[in-house]
Amino acid sequence: MSTEVMSKLKRDYIYNLMLKEQREDGRSFDELRNIVLETNVVDKAEGSAKVQYGDTQVMVGVKLQVGTPFPDSADEGVIITSLELNPIASPNFEAGPPKEAAIEMARVVDRGIRESGAIDLKKLCITEGEEVWMVFIDIHVLNDGGNIMDASSIGAIAALMTTTIPAEREGHGKDISMPIRDMPIGVTLFTIGRQLMVDPSLDEEAVCDTKFTIVSNQDGSISGMQKSGEGSLSHEQLLEAVDIACKKAADIRENYLLNI
Amino acid sequence: MSNKPEKFIDEDGLRLDGRRFDEIRPMKMEIGVLSRADGSCYLEWGNNKVLAAVYGPRELHPRRLQRSDTAIIRYRYNMASFSVEDRIRPGPNRRSTEISKVSREAFDPVVMTSFYPGAVIDVFAEVLQADAGTRTAAINAATMALADAGVPMKGLVAACAVGKVDDQLVLDLNKDEDNYGQADLPIAFTQDGDITLVQMDGNLTQEEFREGVELAKKGCEQIFELQRKTLMQKFGNLEELETEEETEALTEEVKASEELSTAEEAEIEEEVLEEEEIAEEAEQEEVEAEEETVQEAEEESEDEAEESIAEIEEEIEEIDELEEIEAIEEDYAEEESEEEDLKGESDEH
Repeated sequence: MSTEVMSKLKRDYIYNLMLKEQREDGRSFDELRNIVLETNVVDKAEGSAKVQYGDTQVMVGVKLQVGTPFPDSADEGVIITSLELNPIASPNFEAGPPKEAAIEMARVVDRGIRESGAIDLKKLCITEGEEVWMVFIDIHVLNDGGNIMDASSIGAIAALMTTTIPAEREGHGKDISMPIRDMPIGVTLFTIGRQLMVDPSLDEEAVCDTKFTIVSNQDGSISGMQKSGEGSLSHEQLLEAVDIACKKAADIRENYLLNI
Repeated sequence: MSNKPEKFIDEDGLRLDGRRFDEIRPMKMEIGVLSRADGSCYLEWGNNKVLAAVYGPRELHPRRLQRSDTAIIRYRYNMASFSVEDRIRPGPNRRSTEISKVSREAFDPVVMTSFYPGAVIDVFAEVLQADAGTRTAAINAATMALADAGVPMKGLVAACAVGKVDDQLVLDLNKDEDNYGQADLPIAFTQDGDITLVQMDGNLTQEEFREGVELAKKGCEQIFELQRKTLMQKFGNLEELETEEETEALTEEVKASEELSTAEEAEIEEEVLEEEEIAEEAEQEEVEAEEETVQEAEEESEDEAEESIAEIEEEIEEIDELEEIEAIEEDYAEEESEEEDLKGESDEH
């Protein structure tokens, strides 16, 4: 009961700030929080990244194994993405198998990477129909400060960019680096009333009407989208959101990913 | 083993199944097909066969999930194991969990949940035969089942996918277009033109996305028309009857309120007279009386609250124990299927 009352009060507070064109942490509507990105943070993983997105902390590890391909894509490697909302990250997370929120985010990250063709899956084929590389992207959420979605998206592609395929270890020739062709970046917008804002903080995420994530690529095309949350979006909001997200993704790519 | 067609659209602008780029597959629907459900709908869309049922609004268990100010919607998208070519393992998987979540959220903006605090509205969508676009088909059927159940809604919801094949946008993907196409963009609209579901995978430019939304809207308008027709067939002749009853009820209400107001006027007049005569005395008495009633009311409500809290606590204890056991069992079942699900991430239907 108390959480319901709190969330009503919080919503009023954030809504009233919005009417004054303000946000609780002083950002403008289209301003991202500070991002700190470290790569190669875990030696045992083939690729890894740690992302701080405001207060949110996410760690992504990439592991590779030799496995069998799917029959309908016999000459392609396999991507498997999972995301765990670790109970260490928030009093609201529980241990156990991923619930719908975690599954949803993992699948949006997965779609972005898969559909953008960020990984050249054909190059992950060892013997057609028999052996391919299976890429496990595991996202470990360490602290929930809001917008785990976008932090995971950056972390996943950053970790992949630093990944080395351990061919020598598995007896398949020399180690090569992961064949990366694109840098898909997810940017989440949310609505309170009719206003669109980027990068929800924890409180904003708790009280917003709708979240809308757009994963866009280097050439400005879109490779994944997901509306999440109980509200709806108007036609104009939808188009505006895509526009803002693509611009923000380009900024992130330029500032954080290009120098990896 | 790829059966990818060389071309999706021929020189005449016709697709593999003979449709033009802006045509949806033939759709038919029937409501009230399940006797036990409060509302139901069977829908065929191309080769998709989907059944949706609504139970509720009914009391929500487990109680800790109840919300004191509103009803919640539960949406279960489920594919029959035999609905696709290669049998799928029955029960929820990662794909169906995600679809259930976004579909539920597609209905949240239109269903008047605040009318039923503490309740749940259960929507079950069963895919009996899958042939691309099952989530949109399920949403279209679920809308009808909700309407059939008489759940108050601000309007209907219709969903339709837009995709890209041969670098061209097409409405309502068929199986081949879905499997081998370049993009899939399912969208749900309300009748007001708001968007309550958007998902996308594949690759679209911003311009294509803009056009895609327009195209999906056109598709949804056709679906709205069919939905409306289907509802009118069942409920159309009720309309006159209901309006008559309503008018009668309204006239009675108006009459009653008129009577009331004359009575009130009379009272007020009396009061004015009295007040003039014995103003001071009356004031004092009133104040005393008020104090008394306030005290009484407070005591009463405290007693009542205590009693009901005790009752509720007892009930909660009982139910919680049961639920915990259930939850633990479920968790175990889920964990088992988890590994297998992960592998099939890319399989979309």
